[in-house]
Amino acid sequence: MDSMTYIAIISIIIAGVTTAFGTMGPALAEGRAVAAAMASLAQQPDASSTITRTLFVGLAMIESTAIYCFVVSMIVLFANPFWNFAINQIAGK
Amino acid sequence: MRLSPDEIIFWQMGFIKLNATIVFTWLLMLLLVVGSLFITRRLSKDLTRSRWQNLLEIIITTIEQQLKEVGLHCPRDYIGFLGTLFLFIALASLGTIIPGFEPPTGSLSTTVALALSVFIAVPLYGIVQLGIVAYLKSYMQPTFIMLPFNLIGEISRTIALAVRLFGNMMSGALIIAILLAITPLLFPIVMTLLGLLTGMVQAYIFFILAAVYIAAATGSNKRQSKQSSNLKQ
Repeated sequence: MDSMTYIAIISIIIAGVTTAFGTMGPALAEGRAVAAAMASLAQQPDASSTITRTLFVGLAMIESTAIYCFVVSMIVLFANPFWNFAINQIAGK
Repeated sequence: MRLSPDEIIFWQMGFIKLNATIVFTWLLMLLLVVGSLFITRRLSKDLTRSRWQNLLEIIITTIEQQLKEVGLHCPRDYIGFLGTLFLFIALASLGTIIPGFEPPTGSLSTTVALALSVFIAVPLYGIVQLGIVAYLKSYMQPTFIMLPFNLIGEISRTIALAVRLFGNMMSGALIIAILLAITPLLFPIVMTLLGLLTGMVQAYIFFILAAVYIAAATGSNKRQSKQSSNLKQ
């Protein structure tokens, strides 16, 4: 196998692993955040607007860590710099 | 696979390219500017007013109320910048229901530009409100050891703002593209609806985070702690 194949295999595996591990933590964290928000909504329905607002901001902050992993895996899959480097090396030969 | 609307090129002359990001950004700018010019040309103070004036008033008062809740006590000073950010991102994600429209916020260059304008605006507002010495001293809070961490935080939150918006908008478009290949009927419509929701939430998040950063840079310590405890609730 030449270097291109190795780069392709490793990129695909790493993209999968990145998405898998990168969504695990935020999923747990979002579940806890929503559970806490539900509990406080049941206790204080009057404060629902504040709770919902801060919940949405918090969820987006938590979710952004998953989004970072997603962006990295997309770069590895579709805009891989090492792949382009290998192609340039072969073309330059 | 197309990752951003940068790759659709409408017109090219030498090194000057006119890609979909620029064209749709200009369209949105035109829509916002011409729309508000037309609406504000005939403003009335009476009880009878046009429905468009009502729409603008609702938007403005809602944004002002949100800014007040974050801790900016005179929102009129900031609404020009923050309100424009919100309206631009919200309109960009609302436009995805029009076929053929590519949201310009799905390109990393647009979101980096928006985040950079926040990066520049925060110290500007801070210096205008506090004066340059007091603002620079705020980097040394609570002790001078925190100076490098404050500087790193300033840069990393700018990158986070840009990548968060870009990732959300791009993932929405990408999921729809993949689903169109797998289940072409009905299911992409549901995902488009979900994309509308996330787009509006992301516009709100971008706007509220920029407001929180500006409030932290301009406000006194008392205001800061109140607003941060609001966020931590």
